[in-house]
Amino acid sequence: MGLAKAETTEKQEIGAYPIADKSKKLYMSFMYVTFGSLLIGGLMGLLQTLVRSGKITLPWGIGYYQILTVHGVILALVMTTFFIIGFQFTLMEKSVGMSDKQRKLGWLSFWVMLIGTIIAATIVLLGKASVLYTFYAPLKGHPLFYIGLALVIIGSWIAAFVNWHQVAVWKKKHPGEKTPLPAFMVTINMIMWFIASLGVAVAVLVQFIPWSLGYASTINVLLSRTLFWYFGHPLVYFWLLPAYMTWYVIIPKIIGGKIFSDALARMSFVLLLFFSIPVGFHHQLTEPGIHPTWKFIQVALTMMVVIPTLMTAFSMFATFEITGRKKGATGMFGWLKKLPWKDVRFLAPFIGMVGFIPGGAGGIINASHQLNTVVHNTIWVTGHFHLTVAFVVILTFFGVTYWLVPHLTGRKLTPQLNKLGIIQSIVWSTGMLIMSTSMHIQGLKGGPRRSEFSEYGGTAQAQEWIGYQLAQAVGGTILFIAILLMIYIFVKMAFFAPKGETAYPLAQEEPDADPTPAWFDNWKMWVGITVALILFAYSIPVFDLLQNSPPGSPPFAWPIGNQ
Amino acid sequence: MKMHRFEEIWLIFAVVIIVGSMVITGYQAFALGMGPPSGKEVIDPQKVDETAPFDNPGVFEVGDKEYEVVMTLQAFSFDPGEIEIPAGSTVHFKMTSKDVVHGVQIVDTNVNAMVPPGHIQTITQKFDEPGEYLILCNEYCGTGHQLMSATVTVK
Repeated sequence: MGLAKAETTEKQEIGAYPIADKSKKLYMSFMYVTFGSLLIGGLMGLLQTLVRSGKITLPWGIGYYQILTVHGVILALVMTTFFIIGFQFTLMEKSVGMSDKQRKLGWLSFWVMLIGTIIAATIVLLGKASVLYTFYAPLKGHPLFYIGLALVIIGSWIAAFVNWHQVAVWKKKHPGEKTPLPAFMVTINMIMWFIASLGVAVAVLVQFIPWSLGYASTINVLLSRTLFWYFGHPLVYFWLLPAYMTWYVIIPKIIGGKIFSDALARMSFVLLLFFSIPVGFHHQLTEPGIHPTWKFIQVALTMMVVIPTLMTAFSMFATFEITGRKKGATGMFGWLKKLPWKDVRFLAPFIGMVGFIPGGAGGIINASHQLNTVVHNTIWVTGHFHLTVAFVVILTFFGVTYWLVPHLTGRKLTPQLNKLGIIQSIVWSTGMLIMSTSMHIQGLKGGPRRSEFSEYGGTAQAQEWIGYQLAQAVGGTILFIAILLMIYIFVKMAFFAPKGETAYPLAQEEPDADPTPAWFDNWKMWVGITVALILFAYSIPVFDLLQNSPPGSPPFAWPIGNQ
Repeated sequence: MKMHRFEEIWLIFAVVIIVGSMVITGYQAFALGMGPPSGKEVIDPQKVDETAPFDNPGVFEVGDKEYEVVMTLQAFSFDPGEIEIPAGSTVHFKMTSKDVVHGVQIVDTNVNAMVPPGHIQTITQKFDEPGEYLILCNEYCGTGHQLMSATVTVK
């Protein structure tokens, strides 16, 4: 029985619990929505790049901004959230177990999120909410769009409560023991997600829903944007942290090594929690109504993320080198040869890690106060988050899929599927490299993001952009081929691959590793510092914003083609 | 919690770079006035047409080679839509929105600012090189967003 195994105090086994058969169906449900979303959202992305090439127009009166809204909502909000919550549930059950009651609540979170998604997606597909996934007021979408989004968030909160309950139950049974590393990481991510999404929940429930229903005549635009970006930046870390979880606790096992340092992994997650939320102004640097000093302070807090990021980079390459040397590698870089390049479970996340070097550097540029002016709202930004999310994070998630789905369906990743996965990773990387690079360059030349094909009255400056948009269409087409490949691999692993046992690869600590300090389990301290930093960074500017607010704005539905 | 010595060096290096770059950024922003646009004035977004100076948008000479451009943004146009100034002019833009959130960007310059309704945004730019500069809206404002543009002609 798993329980008996986990009673070790000093050197606990990570992942001692088996995933119950009953749970597997729940986790696969999250995966079905993930890959269904990938197909729909990816198709929209392909269409966007084709429209922006200037070579095709959309049939049947479908609007460019309608498909852009679908693309953003379905991929950035739905696909990521479903994958992350499903994956995190598996990490939790493996490391601390899951009760029947918790599983039922897990199902509840799934259904609430799915119903919310279906409501929001239907409204967008009907063209009633072409407001993009940031839904900036005072553009007004149909009220059901906001209600659907609120349900997705509430569903994700249920998952957060279940995860925390799982840890609490385990802790009660194991007094004095440290929370197993995967459960620690999931808990951090869900604390961050909950605190951050309170901001957007307030905006949606208090501002948008009453206003879109006509109960409030005007909306405070700057407040709604501030609440959105209070959520919007931690949102991107919410995508990134599960990739970090994979790098810290999965990848070492796949390459045949151990966790580099349990304590440092925890420290990097704690730092990411601290510096994820009090930083939203770096998305609002060019906005009026926010005092420049507070913009600068939040920029400085943003930059702190460099520390946990570089800690992670150090840990990864230290793990690679130590493992390689144990396998007999010699010389300065001999260990590189010992890495399992032909194993897609390693290769896909590894390519993602490498992509994070330029991706992270681009992020520093975006957040750099006045340097932001050069790239703000240009397609450089689109290139940046395709490189970070759609490349770094998604390739890592694909890397997880190759073992997680067969583990859940009781099948095997056959050598042919592994090979196909490697091809998929290469095709995906090629497409993303072409698309993202051309977006970055076009952005530096002034090309705007979120714009349908336009010659801007034939000016010479805009003419120069069209070549880059053609390159984006080429990249987008290659990416869509990669998506089809991935869907094929997923369907194979879910329904057709040969039956068998697939391991859930969780790395362990070195037998002689230093013990982790007990204060890492002091959740009150972590939450307290996080809240203190948020209050520091936001109290005065938000008070100032409320004191000096202009009269609010009425809703505008006609600019998006509604009554 | 023990750290490898190399990791310590690696992280100290990172901290030094962050502190150094924030000092430089702060100096540029606050001592040299290069910070991002942060207009503090507000306006009733439903009464822009009746509120000075936006009741009379246009280009006004305020000094030797110095101009003020009072500009309203609305879906899907800029008013004024054509600005003409001599080379070497410094232009102070004063902008507000009559409806939804817009963004103003002048290609090949550092003019890049959000213009949400209710707020008056200000930004200054010197135009040295003659030519035609494209002004475009860079925040999604509706189905005609990609058509929202204007020009600055520098002679």
